[in-house]
Amino acid sequence: MPPAKVQMTARQVSARVSIIDIQGEVTAFAENALMDAYAQASSPTTRVFILNFSGLEYMNSSGIGLLVTLLIRINRQKLRLFAFGLSDHYRNIFEITRLSDAIRIFGSEAEALDAAHMP
Amino acid sequence: MSSSVSPEEGNVASAEEGKPRDADYWARNVSSLKLGRVPSGAINLNVQGKRPVGPLQGFGAMWQKTYRVRLSGVKVQPTAVIKVWKEHFPEFWPKGNRFYGPLTGIAPGEVGLINMALPGGVPLSTGVMILYADDESFTFMTPQGHVFAGWITFSAYEDDERSIAQVQVLIRANDPLYEIGFRMGAAKSEDRFWENTLKSLATYFGVEAPEVETQAICVDRKIQWSQAKNVWHNAGVRTTMYLMMAPVRVPLRWMRRRNRPEAK
Repeated sequence: MPPAKVQMTARQVSARVSIIDIQGEVTAFAENALMDAYAQASSPTTRVFILNFSGLEYMNSSGIGLLVTLLIRINRQKLRLFAFGLSDHYRNIFEITRLSDAIRIFGSEAEALDAAHMP
Repeated sequence: MSSSVSPEEGNVASAEEGKPRDADYWARNVSSLKLGRVPSGAINLNVQGKRPVGPLQGFGAMWQKTYRVRLSGVKVQPTAVIKVWKEHFPEFWPKGNRFYGPLTGIAPGEVGLINMALPGGVPLSTGVMILYADDESFTFMTPQGHVFAGWITFSAYEDDERSIAQVQVLIRANDPLYEIGFRMGAAKSEDRFWENTLKSLATYFGVEAPEVETQAICVDRKIQWSQAKNVWHNAGVRTTMYLMMAPVRVPLRWMRRRNRPEAK
């Protein structure tokens, strides 16, 4: 498998909330990076995961499939998945793929964090 | 340690300022599908006005199935495989199933019509929207009423100096009737459909006795009961009812024309 052209890093901003920062390309080759970041972002107290797409350079349809499988894993544990940093183009993709029906999208990290910390 | 990019920087653009590299590969957002000209003889149902649905909008368990064929003994680049696949797409489908592609070819946002027979001989008219297309892959998204809700990605890549052609589906059965059908054997029919499609493609390129490898993963066993209402759009039921009404439809149309006030 070719090396993934993506870097994903996890940061826990609070006991309840973790952010995964995405830099690069989200394609099928990004699967290991995404699952590793998700594992790093997880803790017994994490309730909300937020994906930061500000550094997204490219995404194909296999990349969208990865996001679905991540969402399923998170939902299975009755946790939530948010997103921010999407350009108009990537918001369009979230809408046409109907991913936006299940992942809440925010305009900024601050807005996403506010929503994540609401009971 | 974080390597985040400041949100204000936004998504990185391509050489054309402000335009992402993948901008031309994705369909535009649409609320419902619009079908272009349909060849005579095709049954045109269950596409026009239907909304595209992804795997999150389906009813049944979610499956990711991957079908792969290695193009052994032939030298062909993955981009050439995809070019041929797009140009000759309907020809690789198993007999008895018709894909009426858009006149402009397989391109993002275009809509294709499908006429096929489900297991048990149930006729089906439905379609797909081309969600994504680049030089190495293209993806269909299904509409309301299709057998499944989800995405089908056709791709080719190089492995060990040989091209591999792949079909990968990420799907849920769209409604309870289809989910029952899947569990009673339709899932195996689906597997055979794509295995035969890949064998046809490989044979086109001169591969002798192509073998398809199939992998199935249940991504989510959970049934989405809130989507049971999708059965309203069931294309199998609607196509069957349409065909059953055919003996009545033609005389009715004639009577309506006959009773129309004469134009001056």
